[in-house]
Amino acid sequence: MSSRPEHRGPPELFYNDQEARKYTCNSRMIEIQMQMASRAIELLNLPEGQPSFILDVGCGSGLSGEALTEEGHFWVGIDISSSMLNVAVEREIEGDLFLSDMGNGVFFRPGTFDGVISVSALQWLCNADKKSHNPAKRLNRFFSTLFASMVRGGRAVFQFYPENPAQMELITSQALRAGFSGGIVIDYPNSTKAKKFFLCLFCGEAGPMPKGLGTEEETRNTVRYTDAERRQTRKGKQRVAMKSRQWILEKKERRRRQGRGETRPDTKYTARKRRPIF
Amino acid sequence: MRLLIHNMLTSVVKGVKKGYPLTIKATKVETKEVEFNGEFIARMIPRMEWAVVKKAAESIGVSGLPDDVASDYESNEDFLKLAHHALLEVEVIEGALQCPESGREFPINNGIPNMLLNEDEV
Repeated sequence: MSSRPEHRGPPELFYNDQEARKYTCNSRMIEIQMQMASRAIELLNLPEGQPSFILDVGCGSGLSGEALTEEGHFWVGIDISSSMLNVAVEREIEGDLFLSDMGNGVFFRPGTFDGVISVSALQWLCNADKKSHNPAKRLNRFFSTLFASMVRGGRAVFQFYPENPAQMELITSQALRAGFSGGIVIDYPNSTKAKKFFLCLFCGEAGPMPKGLGTEEETRNTVRYTDAERRQTRKGKQRVAMKSRQWILEKKERRRRQGRGETRPDTKYTARKRRPIF
Repeated sequence: MRLLIHNMLTSVVKGVKKGYPLTIKATKVETKEVEFNGEFIARMIPRMEWAVVKKAAESIGVSGLPDDVASDYESNEDFLKLAHHALLEVEVIEGALQCPESGREFPINNGIPNMLLNEDEV
């Protein structure tokens, strides 16, 4: 069986009473969740000493909410699993809870939240659990309604587990289309276990991208430009011949960046010449 | 569900244009003490519609709120205390929220509103 819970079934069934119990009893799970939540809050970069109003997407049993309360913030949580929410109520957390599917969009008035955090939830949106589900559409609806409900200058930080690069690209491109700016921050990229992905989005004004933890050494060793590249940028970009392989590759790359529909992967067959009689 | 977030809620059922404010039909309301944080309340006041707060508070049995936001609300502690009580200390445990346009009801169980939509409402 697959080790990814998204493959086993929809989240409202996966997080049943038994699974929800783990989030109160299993100290290792609690510790990991708390760590990721504090890192997400750190990335939010909220003004010091000022109580903020935060939305927690996929709040579950309220572990990440607890981290927010400790920092003196007020929060609202949404989750699709009622078992998890019931555990949260039992634990007497401070925030308000809503039972809702994030793929249907969030339902708050414009300019409500100072920031948004989410721990290990976003990857669930990439799955189609029902016939009517379309991941790209659901992501689009989620990000565009979220964008509207945030204060200008606010940040949204999502810790998530992308299954493959395509999924990461799907999520990022949909977020950028909804109006956010920003990108992915990777903590400890060279470690298998400690590696964590954070999607860091800015609403309105974009700040500098935060650095991932454990990446300092790597950036020092990399060469930023080769001589040949520098020469080319100085002269201005040279145009490539139309319909050549280079031209097609650039065009596909451009489409991927814009996130328009599906673009076929680059292979050795890309732009191959056909025989004269086809 | 508390009144602070009720003030931010809209109905997103398909076809509904404004869907605000949702009507509260409470059957069980509880009051519990929450630490007073005047700075936070003062920050939230400009984001809220006071008329909606007052109406919602009256519908769940909280009276004594002024008609308008005090002009010096940032420093007016009496006003902030009243607002704090209505917004953060009173919680609807059982009942329902109703969309003003479509009449769709969202049940509240154990203090958690169920905002799930059916496939044809998305």
